[in-house]
Amino acid sequence: MDYNCVVLIKQVPDTKSITGDVMNDDGTVKRSALPAIFNPEDLNALELALEIKDRFGGHITVITMGLPAASAILRESLYRGADEAILVTDRRCAASDTLATSYILSCAVKKLDYDIVLCGRQAIDGDTAQVGPQLAEKLGVTQITYVEELIGLDVRTITAQRNIGNGWQQVKAELPVLVTVMGDANSPRVAAARKMMKYKKALTPIEVEGKIKAENPEAGEADIKELAEHKCSKLVEKGLLIKQWDLDVLEADLNWCGQSGSPTKVHRIQSVVLAAKESKEVEPNNKGISDMIHELIEEKTIA
Amino acid sequence: MIEVNRKGEVWVFAEQHNGQLEDTPIELMSKARHLADILGVQLAAAVLGDNVKEVAGKMIHYGADKVYLAEDPLLGTYQTNSYAKVMYDLIHKYEPQIVLYGATIAGRDLAPRIASATKAGLTADCTDLQIGDHETVKDKKLHKNLLFQIRPAFGGNIIATIINHDRWPQMATVREGVMPAPEAETTRSGEIIEEEVELSRQDLPLEILDEHKRPKKVDLKASRIIVAGGAGVGSKDNFQLIWDLANCLGAAPAATRAAVDLGFIDHDHQVGQTGTTVRPSLYIAVGISGAIQHQAGMSQSRKIVAVNNDPDAPIFGIAHYKIVGDLNEVVPIMIKSIKEKGIKD
Repeated sequence: MDYNCVVLIKQVPDTKSITGDVMNDDGTVKRSALPAIFNPEDLNALELALEIKDRFGGHITVITMGLPAASAILRESLYRGADEAILVTDRRCAASDTLATSYILSCAVKKLDYDIVLCGRQAIDGDTAQVGPQLAEKLGVTQITYVEELIGLDVRTITAQRNIGNGWQQVKAELPVLVTVMGDANSPRVAAARKMMKYKKALTPIEVEGKIKAENPEAGEADIKELAEHKCSKLVEKGLLIKQWDLDVLEADLNWCGQSGSPTKVHRIQSVVLAAKESKEVEPNNKGISDMIHELIEEKTIA
Repeated sequence: MIEVNRKGEVWVFAEQHNGQLEDTPIELMSKARHLADILGVQLAAAVLGDNVKEVAGKMIHYGADKVYLAEDPLLGTYQTNSYAKVMYDLIHKYEPQIVLYGATIAGRDLAPRIASATKAGLTADCTDLQIGDHETVKDKKLHKNLLFQIRPAFGGNIIATIINHDRWPQMATVREGVMPAPEAETTRSGEIIEEEVELSRQDLPLEILDEHKRPKKVDLKASRIIVAGGAGVGSKDNFQLIWDLANCLGAAPAATRAAVDLGFIDHDHQVGQTGTTVRPSLYIAVGISGAIQHQAGMSQSRKIVAVNNDPDAPIFGIAHYKIVGDLNEVVPIMIKSIKEKGIKD
């Protein structure tokens, strides 16, 4: 019995590398100034899919929704063992909140055969953990969140262990399911050198066109288009074309995408400036510290 | 999705397990009471479970005007689908304007499923809630008395205020430990409305095979004084200093994520964005540089003492008492000084 796994991944700004240099004066973050990385827990979701493929056999499709540059994490997934990669990109996806994002992703997943949909528990740029459950609802499938271990798959049932904060819970459900995967569920494997050699040539149609434009600066639009189509068909033959879907391909209802599909809006963004109202320097010696302790006792902070 | 409904109530989802009410819905009640009073509407709790009338009574003691009580044996154990279905039906029946959930494991599993089904907005992991006005950029229309859903984003580096002006209810999950719990007023009375529940086995797609809960090793949220160590403490052995200082103050020992990752102390002791959020009377930060993620979990402490050998450490930006020095010298002096005072007093 083999299983079709669909893994949803996201390219995120590395929020751990935030310094003063990447903040705008108004307190917003210059996303472009931060390195873009594979969302950490999405790597755990991919690894879980790879474990399923290793143990039971199957096919792994990775999907990301994002800017054309997000193709980098699709290639990274191919290096690690994914079979197929799809980039969902469209200007009309911009400003999507979690509800609109889950709708767009559901349109993409519905075009595929799937038994198990896997997501990271949450993405480090928003930390919402909402897209997984919202996508499960839109697909009408059972969700198993906070998975820390896949216990088994038996024909059409999955058994998994969830982290419930102060302990764990083992649950069983009929396929299809959507699971969200915790960072400590596994250790993601590194890229395989042989796959890397092969798939570093994998491109999306946008990238093919960009490359041809750069190589033929004098060529007209029609020529570029023809050259790009030719190159894409050659890549397809070699299994190196990353699929690229826009909202028309997804047959998505535009009312539920982007800004119009997003009930939540940003009212205000502030940078974090935390400051104590009054503060005292305390000398690191007996007198200084003893005085401080005295004050804290006097005001009954220390009972 | 429901229409904008200015008369709608403010709701709190009263998460309970085996009849035991969670802390977070209790913490939510004083804020929710405040929001409802500003809006001039009633505050209601949604209590789902099996034999949970006692929980309903408690929610009234904590400030609810009324409780929607959905009892059924099939709601005995929390499951996403069954709970989401009952909440969905209640929301469409009564059209509350605000629905709040604790950002617990169950709350963060449940709320997005409901939000997706109702096609409503949901803001995750809020640290504050307010009522305010918002002007839409395009048409300059003023939307009065919206729920300001305030949360950290980008790893805690920015604070975003999110609103939801056209598709209601306005929903949010609220982080554990960020709001002070109200005192229970056992003389308070309110209305309990018993709801019909229509569930079948189909609504319980999960079979729960086994569950293991372990008690937390420390209750940081209940501690009046916390002594926390960071990576600067240097080693697990040296972390004994933190334990010693905590012991002589009757305080709880805590740590930053860095110290936990280095194995100095168990994760149960972690304070910060990925650990526990605390607001004690006194927070003593030892060898902690004060990453924004850590500050997110402790900046609301009433008094903060910081010990660090780096005068530029960000923790000093929020400390009431700044001690620039070697923690290996400073902490023993603190212990000695506390013990002396204890004898004198």
